[in-house]
Amino acid sequence: MNVFADTWHMAQRHIRALIRQPWWIAVTLVQPIIWLVLFGGLFKNMAELPGWPEGLSFREFIIPGVIVMTAFFSAGWGGMGMIDDIKRGIIDRFLVSPASRSSIINGRLLSGFLTIAIQALIVLVLGWLMGAHYPGGALGMVLLIVIAGIVGFGFGAFSNGLALIIRKEESLIAMMQFLLLPLTFLAAAFIPLTLAPDWIANVAKFNPVNWAIEAGRSALIDSSPDWNLILTRTGLLLVFGALMAAFATRAFRSYQRTV
Amino acid sequence: MAEAAIEVKDLSKTYGDGVKALDGINFEVEAGTVFGLLGPNGAGKSTTVKILTTLSHPTSGSASVMGLDVLGRAAEVRKQIGVVAQSSTADREATARENLRLQGQLYGMKGSDLEQRIDSLLGSFNLAGDGDRIVRGFSGGMERRLTIAMALVHRPKVLFLDEPTTGLDPEVRAEMWEEISTLAAQEGMTILLTTHYLEEADMLAQNLAIVDQGRIVAEGTPDDLKKALKGDAIQVGLGESRQQPEVESALAGVDGLSEVLLNARTLHARAADGARSVPSILTSLEAAGISVDSVTVSRPSLDDVYLKYAGRTIEQAEKNENEEVAA
Ligand SMILES: Nc1ncnc2c1ncn2[C@@H]1O[C@H](COP(=O)(O)OP(=O)(O)OP(=O)(O)O)[C@@H](O)[C@H]1O
Ligand SMILES: [Mg+2]
Repeated sequence: MNVFADTWHMAQRHIRALIRQPWWIAVTLVQPIIWLVLFGGLFKNMAELPGWPEGLSFREFIIPGVIVMTAFFSAGWGGMGMIDDIKRGIIDRFLVSPASRSSIINGRLLSGFLTIAIQALIVLVLGWLMGAHYPGGALGMVLLIVIAGIVGFGFGAFSNGLALIIRKEESLIAMMQFLLLPLTFLAAAFIPLTLAPDWIANVAKFNPVNWAIEAGRSALIDSSPDWNLILTRTGLLLVFGALMAAFATRAFRSYQRTV
Repeated sequence: MAEAAIEVKDLSKTYGDGVKALDGINFEVEAGTVFGLLGPNGAGKSTTVKILTTLSHPTSGSASVMGLDVLGRAAEVRKQIGVVAQSSTADREATARENLRLQGQLYGMKGSDLEQRIDSLLGSFNLAGDGDRIVRGFSGGMERRLTIAMALVHRPKVLFLDEPTTGLDPEVRAEMWEEISTLAAQEGMTILLTTHYLEEADMLAQNLAIVDQGRIVAEGTPDDLKKALKGDAIQVGLGESRQQPEVESALAGVDGLSEVLLNARTLHARAADGARSVPSILTSLEAAGISVDSVTVSRPSLDDVYLKYAGRTIEQAEKNENEEVAA
């Protein structure tokens, strides 16, 4: 099938754009660095709370969360590029070519995954420079990056689907802002859910961002990873990703009805 | 008649918001010819192109390209066609060559075959030295040429050009006309082009259809359409402003005169034999006390065709367009 070739060719277009503006990656790293440096320093004493996971510094604890959040934020804004392409007629140009429809979104998501992986690696290195330990080793890091990638895929597909339906930057920004922060704070990004109010812990059970953070953290930080947790959460994330991909495909059809 | 490259039957399209963009249009384009769709803003030209290129679905009716139904066999149609949309669709953050390459890849081209095709297109579209420049820095004319080159990478059998010269300055427009005529002559391609410009349709199209408000109001060769008007166009420049009824009653007695229309200080009329009618027009106006500055008699132009069938002058259509550009 030429689905894979098309996706790769589409992805190359975005990857080239990324290489031409590498400072963009730096810009997207400002936020995670603030989390790591400022939060990591400011709330250092959290680790002394009763019930805090033993032997973990606050900074070590938040690194997986910071990586998943960065992935989830950059994927969430992915629809902006789609709106740009719609306005410039580029999507219509692709639609009248024999290129497979799915490659139009998947090419974007593939290049988005590359961004996510680069950002994750930078955060991991920064954390390590600041003294964090990763008992999960190389496997743990790879798993964390893959998990962040799946979250990115799901929210990227969602953001692109929304872009196809609403086609206005302002509306997409509003909707994403409405989603991004709440989903971040309704998750175990900064404190273990055992220390959070019950209602937050309950809501977090249904939050894909939380699934990714818990699984990624166990893979990276636990000296004996909880494989049951990692596998079930990753499975849930895959289901979430598939649902979002289906949504994006439907959004394409609705887009074509209004052209 | 030779094989039809494009066939359109009773095509209608109503958009979700209730706008009836196409209201039952029919036409055929013979393979290897250039067909023009001429019409003012909002006539339905782009909508027709979008349906024929599989982008948009008709509400009713059918259409085929190279004998392939655009709904039922869309995937096959896409391989046969090249599309140049009304506004540039190049990726401005990429180079001209990268744009052409991706376009070729999407049609399954690769390797040296593709690279050679890109080089030859860059050459024939006067972009040979600009292949590795980012498109953002291109002039409007360059970008338009690139967009056309992109539509041709895969050697389509049918090319759709939606207003290929709108927004270009006259010089560049003339260049573009030459480019299009060459394409049609050399490659034996079927071309459907839409335009607001009468000269453009006149110059490029063997056959044309005038569309207005979603309907085809006239169809034929440019010459046929002009002949159908029967008679000459007469323009009389008046010495002072007058009212329509005044001139109408003044000219009531002139034989063979029709379509009398006063536009500011210019009087338009049509006469079976223009040169013969002029003397009696002048005496009649004089008798009514209306002074005359100038008189011209001309063979009908497409401008007159447009006026007759679309109910507006091309000036009005262009005025609308300029307002749109300014907005
Ligand atoms: N996507 C759309 N949704 C709703 N209405 C539309 C859409 N596209 C076009 N229309 C409407 O359909 C009618 C025909 O539009 P179309 O774009 O086909 O005209 P056109 O002849 O190409 O005009 P122009 O010369 O301005 O390009 C117009 O009234 C337009 O407002
Ligand atoms: Mg148009």
